[in-house]
Amino acid sequence: MSAPLLKVEGLTKRFHAGGGLFTRQRTMTAVRDVDLAIDRGEVVGVVGESGCGKSTLARLVLRLLEPTVGRITLDGVDFTGLSPKALRSARRRMAMVFQDPYSSLDPRYTVADIIAEPFVVQSRAMPAGAIEEMLDAVGLPGTAATQYPHQLSGGQRQRVGIARALALRPEFVVLDEPTASLDVSIQAQIIELLSSLRDRFGLTYLFISHDLGLVRYFCDRIVVMYLGSVCEILPGARSKPRHPYTSALLASSFSPDPAARREIIPLVGEIPSPFNLPAGCAFAGRCPRVTEACRTQQPPLSREGGHAVACFNPL
Amino acid sequence: MTALLSLRDVSVDIGRNRLLDGINLTVDRGQVLGLVGESGSGKSLTALAITGLLPLIGGSITGGAIHFDGVNLASIGEAGIRTLRGKRIGFVMQNPMIALDAVQRVGEQIDVVSRLHLGLSRQAARLRTLDLMAQLRIPEPGAVAEAYPHQLSGGMKQRIVIAMALAGEPDLIIADEPTTALDVTVQAQIIQILTRLSRERGLALLLITHDMGVVAQACDRVAVLYAGRIAEERAVGSIFAAPAHPYTAALIGCIPREGMAPGSLLGIPGAVPTSGRYPPGCRFHPRCTNAADLCRQDRPTLRPLQSGGSVACHFAMTETP
Repeated sequence: MSAPLLKVEGLTKRFHAGGGLFTRQRTMTAVRDVDLAIDRGEVVGVVGESGCGKSTLARLVLRLLEPTVGRITLDGVDFTGLSPKALRSARRRMAMVFQDPYSSLDPRYTVADIIAEPFVVQSRAMPAGAIEEMLDAVGLPGTAATQYPHQLSGGQRQRVGIARALALRPEFVVLDEPTASLDVSIQAQIIELLSSLRDRFGLTYLFISHDLGLVRYFCDRIVVMYLGSVCEILPGARSKPRHPYTSALLASSFSPDPAARREIIPLVGEIPSPFNLPAGCAFAGRCPRVTEACRTQQPPLSREGGHAVACFNPL
Repeated sequence: MTALLSLRDVSVDIGRNRLLDGINLTVDRGQVLGLVGESGSGKSLTALAITGLLPLIGGSITGGAIHFDGVNLASIGEAGIRTLRGKRIGFVMQNPMIALDAVQRVGEQIDVVSRLHLGLSRQAARLRTLDLMAQLRIPEPGAVAEAYPHQLSGGMKQRIVIAMALAGEPDLIIADEPTTALDVTVQAQIIQILTRLSRERGLALLLITHDMGVVAQACDRVAVLYAGRIAEERAVGSIFAAPAHPYTAALIGCIPREGMAPGSLLGIPGAVPTSGRYPPGCRFHPRCTNAADLCRQDRPTLRPLQSGGSVACHFAMTETP
């Protein structure tokens, strides 16, 4: 087996708040000790509710944020130690598609300018016909090149965002909730587009989403996060969850089948504040299987084959 | 037979554009009606028309009639509608941060509804507020009532907005995408609270959503809206089992289901046309896989189906009339 394309080891990010003249400084841990390896050609999904650290993880992986502790390697190159200049040239190999196609495109740029920008940033000559080729790849007509973002629909804008991300032919792409602000009809189009682009360009994806149903459809492997930590890694889209949180997440998603209508037992309680994490398992306060050990000790992520779960009383 | 709420051939214009065109809907007591469609189909506009809030966005009702409990809303004037709104019709908006006053404690914001509409005293209103909060499973209602909106989570704020909508003892609640801004585990809680209220108190609930999963789990009937017109209106069980309108079928096909093969998520090509640029004939024909010449020329009227409900399609998929 070949080495993984992306490897993340012991990744931790802490943010500080306050610490001014009148307030005590408080520290929150947005991402806590995450280990992850992604093979070439794989689609790995990261799911969790708001505040679980999935978007912070996405930004850390591309070093848009500096990690507090930990190491990121892409194809054997250690990203964490690179100087700004070396980082810029190494970033050619990775890209990101953002959640909101309304705020991630510059309204004063034409579509052609937007897609050409990565070449400008990287000081590389743009091959002739590159814009037309990218527009065609993402299913936009050639006439879109001279248009501005406000003239496009949400789905078309996200296609422009994807074209920009793929302009330099990266190997690894982080997709941060790329369909969260789109209608379901458009979401389905974008997901199928991403899937065909993956085959065509040999891409590897890290797909961030809050929608477990979508992740189970699109991804090969699923990482479930809760309050900054990985609580479970499912080796396949159909793997049966072992962590009570994953199971609750699955039970909360509504299936589009009225025959499967059921009484959902909603999770009680609220997510604890990330400024004040409990000593034991972060999920202990809402967990139906909680025992004494859960409140005092953090369960380690134990692996069995490809399936990893951080729980003292797994299902 | 009189339904609690009925819309008959309702049309809404903003300026010269007709944004809702001949909408027919009914909601009975104890019933949950889902209103679905993509953005731009006119879902929220329908809610504004029922609550008499169209003037806020420069719109007006230009055809048809809305009856609430036997009364034509056009006949009671602005003051009459204002009394209904809040007292007999509760409104839950998509974004709880906009619906709440940021500088007033949330308990007081609920109190004011029952003081205004039920004429309760300050103390009686507060008791009622705490009771409502407990029914909505808000932990420690006394403490939460003293909080300001920014101190509460999104799910908690949405529950406060629902408490406000319930405080006037309404007969009808209109919930416009009440869970879109919330996490899935919280969404499940809120949807469950709303449907339970409808069952236990005989409330009529008009649930506006773009999520067919929510429709399948929570609604009794569903109306599918496309570009300002009703495409199909039926009981939830039959619409999912055998959608009659190609648009309904396409919407259902957009949602990943358990065990779906890769590449089978179809989507709907193109986008909803904007008002003023509606195509002639059936407005869905440019995106429809079954479209024929007839669809490009003639507008399909809403006609009843043998299995109940109605559909507006020349080539309805389930049965021949």
